[in-house]
Amino acid sequence: MSVLKFLTVFAVLVTGPVLAGDGVHGQLLYEQRCLACHSLDANRVGPMHRGVFGRRAGSVSGYTYSLALQHATIVWDVKNLDSWLANPEQVLPGQRMNYSVPDAADRADLIAYLQRESAVNAR
Amino acid sequence: MLIETKMQTLVQPNRRNFLGRSGFVLSAAAVGVLAGNSSLARAKVNPQGDTAILNVALGLEHEAIAAYQVGAESGLLDKGVLDVAVLFQSHHKSHRDALIATIEKLGGKPIAPHSNGDYAKALGADGLKSQADVLGLAAKLELGAANAYLGVIPSFGDKNLAQVAARLAADETMHWSILAHAMGKPLPAAALSFGA
Repeated sequence: MSVLKFLTVFAVLVTGPVLAGDGVHGQLLYEQRCLACHSLDANRVGPMHRGVFGRRAGSVSGYTYSLALQHATIVWDVKNLDSWLANPEQVLPGQRMNYSVPDAADRADLIAYLQRESAVNAR
Repeated sequence: MLIETKMQTLVQPNRRNFLGRSGFVLSAAAVGVLAGNSSLARAKVNPQGDTAILNVALGLEHEAIAAYQVGAESGLLDKGVLDVAVLFQSHHKSHRDALIATIEKLGGKPIAPHSNGDYAKALGADGLKSQADVLGLAAKLELGAANAYLGVIPSFGDKNLAQVAARLAADETMHWSILAHAMGKPLPAAALSFGA
């Protein structure tokens, strides 16, 4: 096994894979599962999502976060969003979302959709 | 109008049956029985966590009540559709009251609603130009709520509250089914399409 291949396998074993997502399917999933609480451009039961990548957790203006999110220091990226969607309470204990997306492919699709939309009219 | 005809055909007989069957609607009393008597004594796993989930649910119900109010006041709904919208709104008011009662019994503070104007803005109500638009928005919110309730079930510490969430999801699913049918949407092709 080459060193590169070994390192790749090691990285996957340590951090877990983040799949390449399908943004089109992600949009469908977003409408079915996230839209009850979230919108891209409006704070509702949950905070708005557009521009989430590169944004510090708990920092959307005008939204009242849980203490867990208010004190969070993470900056959202593909990896930690995947972890968050898989088990938000494990990532930030005391959060209020409590909704998880168990399937890794679904998470990847949702993240791909959010990436696509965050690049459009990012606020 | 096609939508109205479909809605009346589908809903009116069921509505009479629905309203005539006491105990079928999820009421504050029903949740009180579930959450107040039998389960509260055992709700020791993580009452703060459960309360937080219930408050998110309450936020959904506040928004749903406002959404139906916005739709009802839009002037876009025909009489038959308006009647159904008001009925569905009454279900959400019952959900709200039940959740508030349960949150308070758990020692929590129920969140207050925003103004209808705030909800209308957040939901993009100014873009509603037809009855179909209103139904489409309602259907999206109902589907999302059904999936949200199903999705948080595993997070409850108290399994009786998880059952309450399942019953709320059932109501939202019923709402979505009727709205989707009225809009001429196809039935879900696959089984287990909710909460997945």
